[in-house]
Amino acid sequence: MIKKTRQYKSELAVVGAGIAGCAVTVFAQARGIQTTQIGNSGALAYTSGYFDLLGADSSEYLKDPWAGLAQLRESEPDHPYSKLTDQDLRDSLDEFITALKKMGLSYSSPGEKNHLAMLPAGACKPTFCLPETMFKGTLAMTSRAKVLIIDFVGLQGFSAQEIVANLKSQWPQLRAERMIFPEMESGAQIFPEVMARALEVPATREEFARRLKDIVEDAEYIAMPAMLGIHRPDFIHSEMEKLLGLPIFEIPTIPPAVAGIRLRELFEQKLPALGATVISQHKVQRIEFENKSIRLYLQDSYGPVEIEAEKLVLASGRFLSGGLTADQQEVKEPLIDLPVQQPDGRENWFCESYFDSAGHAVNRSGIVVNEKFQPLDFKGRVIDKRLYAAGILLANQDWIRQRCGAGLAIATAYKAVKSLS
Amino acid sequence: MSNKAGLLELETEVLIIGGGVTGTGVMRDLALRGISCLLIDRKDLNAGASGGNHGLLHSGGRYATSDCETAAECRIEGEILKSIAADAVDPCGGIFAAVEGDDPDFAEKFPQHCERAGISCTELTNTEARQLEPALSDRVFAAFQVPDASIDPFRLTLANVQHAKQINDSDYLPHTQVISFEITDGEITSAICQDHRSGSILKIRARQFVNATGAWAKMVAELADCHDVNLLYSKGSLIISNTRITQGVVNRLRPPGDGDIVVPGGTVSLLGTTSDSIDNLDKIRPSVAEVDRILKQGTALIPGLETTRFIRAFAGVRPLLMSSGAAQDGRRASRGFTLYDHQQQGLSNFATIAGGKLTTYRLMAEKTGDLVAKRLNNSNPCRTAELTLPTDEGVRWTEPGYSARHWFKHSNASDLILCECEMVPQSAVDKVIKLAPGAEDEMTVQAIGLRSRIGKGTCQGAFCSMRVTSHLYDQHIYNNRDGLRHMRDFVGGRFKGIKPILWGEQMPQFELAETMHCGLMGLDFFEPELPKSDDQVKSENSESSS
Repeated sequence: MIKKTRQYKSELAVVGAGIAGCAVTVFAQARGIQTTQIGNSGALAYTSGYFDLLGADSSEYLKDPWAGLAQLRESEPDHPYSKLTDQDLRDSLDEFITALKKMGLSYSSPGEKNHLAMLPAGACKPTFCLPETMFKGTLAMTSRAKVLIIDFVGLQGFSAQEIVANLKSQWPQLRAERMIFPEMESGAQIFPEVMARALEVPATREEFARRLKDIVEDAEYIAMPAMLGIHRPDFIHSEMEKLLGLPIFEIPTIPPAVAGIRLRELFEQKLPALGATVISQHKVQRIEFENKSIRLYLQDSYGPVEIEAEKLVLASGRFLSGGLTADQQEVKEPLIDLPVQQPDGRENWFCESYFDSAGHAVNRSGIVVNEKFQPLDFKGRVIDKRLYAAGILLANQDWIRQRCGAGLAIATAYKAVKSLS
Repeated sequence: MSNKAGLLELETEVLIIGGGVTGTGVMRDLALRGISCLLIDRKDLNAGASGGNHGLLHSGGRYATSDCETAAECRIEGEILKSIAADAVDPCGGIFAAVEGDDPDFAEKFPQHCERAGISCTELTNTEARQLEPALSDRVFAAFQVPDASIDPFRLTLANVQHAKQINDSDYLPHTQVISFEITDGEITSAICQDHRSGSILKIRARQFVNATGAWAKMVAELADCHDVNLLYSKGSLIISNTRITQGVVNRLRPPGDGDIVVPGGTVSLLGTTSDSIDNLDKIRPSVAEVDRILKQGTALIPGLETTRFIRAFAGVRPLLMSSGAAQDGRRASRGFTLYDHQQQGLSNFATIAGGKLTTYRLMAEKTGDLVAKRLNNSNPCRTAELTLPTDEGVRWTEPGYSARHWFKHSNASDLILCECEMVPQSAVDKVIKLAPGAEDEMTVQAIGLRSRIGKGTCQGAFCSMRVTSHLYDQHIYNNRDGLRHMRDFVGGRFKGIKPILWGEQMPQFELAETMHCGLMGLDFFEPELPKSDDQVKSENSESSS
């Protein structure tokens, strides 16, 4: 059987369905740019759900990201953030978080300072915006409130006891309890995603709340692994708070984590409603730059797909998402074969020590762009003026160590869209 | 047992220094003669060459050409180990193969050399060789089958200690390093040691002292003012593949060089080995250049290595004996061993056992045991060659597939899998904690990894270290930040072996690991202060206003 090639035509094509790719689509559609987005969003499931702007420099966590940014622009003039103003960052985050809220997922508003937020194993990190379902953790922490942290029989990698043991010297009123989740009582492994979907059913919430009441004692807050629903977390969160009469907050879990799945499913469902064409869970196999248009080719289960676009934003991520690949000799960008700025030789990719505060040099490899976020060749020339790049694919940043992944994704997407419109 | 000064004092008949295969072999040997010992190591079991080798149980073929005596010794000891430690041995057999460009003369004389050392050696045609090992290059021009095997050195060491502990009150203390000896009238009376976990000093009295510290033997002997031990340090690096590449051991039939051997290790293969003379024992780690050298050489013998996924590299130091006038070359130095009685150095109760090989460790322990027993007027003979090593549940978890079989057999759905790569369930970790030797007083992810398959799979501990740590907190083995600290040390330690093989499919794996360890666990900024509580802010405000 010969399958017919399906053809799409749009003004803009976006490769990548992580935060950067989805942000491009959100910003472009809002500006009336007809967008087709293609990509595999697998890596989204690895996010904690927290949106970082800038959480650390090489020596310490940062309380004030704006002061940190000023410093960063001095010390790292090639950092993608150095191509953006504070106003770009504020505008992009405001617009993106407002759009998310309209789509049905609330985040705390961008402000002046970082919040210190709890991590799955009992450490904390500074972050800029938190999902509404997690935000009260920052209030509980500041007041050192009496918090009951619960975990579950069968739920791996989230130990309330571990969090309490790690924080109790600074926060004595934490208490850990282990529960059995309703209808998941065999002791076999259970997963936050399945629990989250179960909590979308009112009867499960009621039974869960009834069990919680038995152990709540004098707690002022209840903390739990991120599991309060996939599609309407804000609603389920407030329903649970009503049932218990207590403020509740979620703590991120190790992947695959609910906070990321929420974002992924939200984008998949709501971006088409903004007017975008979304081809999710498939990777572009080939891109051709023709005189009149850019053509992207891929294959899905119904056969070949061809997308014709005038402009292209590459937001394909790094190694985990396949935006970069590495062989024994060098780092490559596999889709267009863009020049990749990188350390000279594998010997120089990594530090001797894993946790060296300098970060690994290979993590700063990537695509070099100009102020419009158009990729450049090694001589500093624009490769194709219809081509833009956004997100962690960009060179000269270390999003893991600098805690700047979401901010970088959103702000560079914003700037790329503004440049092309 | 603390004295007035608060110094912890211990007493034993024999203090053995060095928890490698030789030191633990001496421990078992002496216990079987009815002698009670204390074994100490500055780190933990197999921290040196015993844990940094390819686990080859030599047929002797490798030395047949250059060193007939060592070859024959390997053959005899190999057979003994196959009988006393059958569970630790994979009798997979081996092939020596020469490929185009290798010296035909070396290949031609190989069977004669094997015969001289008594090693069984069968000539194979190119076709036969490639039927046995389909991964072999089609450019093989000579091949011989020999009875090589692979052995799990961790299993051996654990079983040695376990056996000794079962026989008498012999015991093992990890993380305990000798810092000096007290010597009176030509006898060592005690070793002053430091416990690296607590930092405390302890004094261990003994009648006999054995130095089985491998590459560190010269330094430890010098602490007792003995200057007769001379070693050549030869660093060797190896890489581990994600899957088993060959059925049996495959050796390159030529004088030893980089990338000339592939040894199966259960579900993986180990490819090695480089040899670089070094002066300094600090920072022994595999380098990118060594990995590339091994691969470049290895692909001549096994072309598929070019596209193989590797999960780890590691390095060890061969403590080779420096004989007078010998060339300063690790490849040519003797693989034999020497027992120093230090009599000439004026000590009558100190012995150093140095050199040798994994395959000959038992014989080395026997010779040491003979000397120590004689000095203690104990005339019991060595029994280590006839008694089998224990196979109880304290020592079995390093065996590939054992945890998975255990989990499947008990088929308890609530026994959650902590390590998905190697299928290690909670119950296995609990048994390691309870039953494995050296597990008594503290169990870190590191120590559990040494005694099981935790951290040995494709993810190299990235995920399971988090799950095991959570499990240990749940079991109240940790009650403070030590658990996360130990996890950071563990993944930081694994990184040294991961770094040189990071390319291809390991890059996304590593990126994910770093995202989790730094972004989600915060291990790179370990101890941030919480923001000031409202009360703290209030009290500060009132202070400043007063």
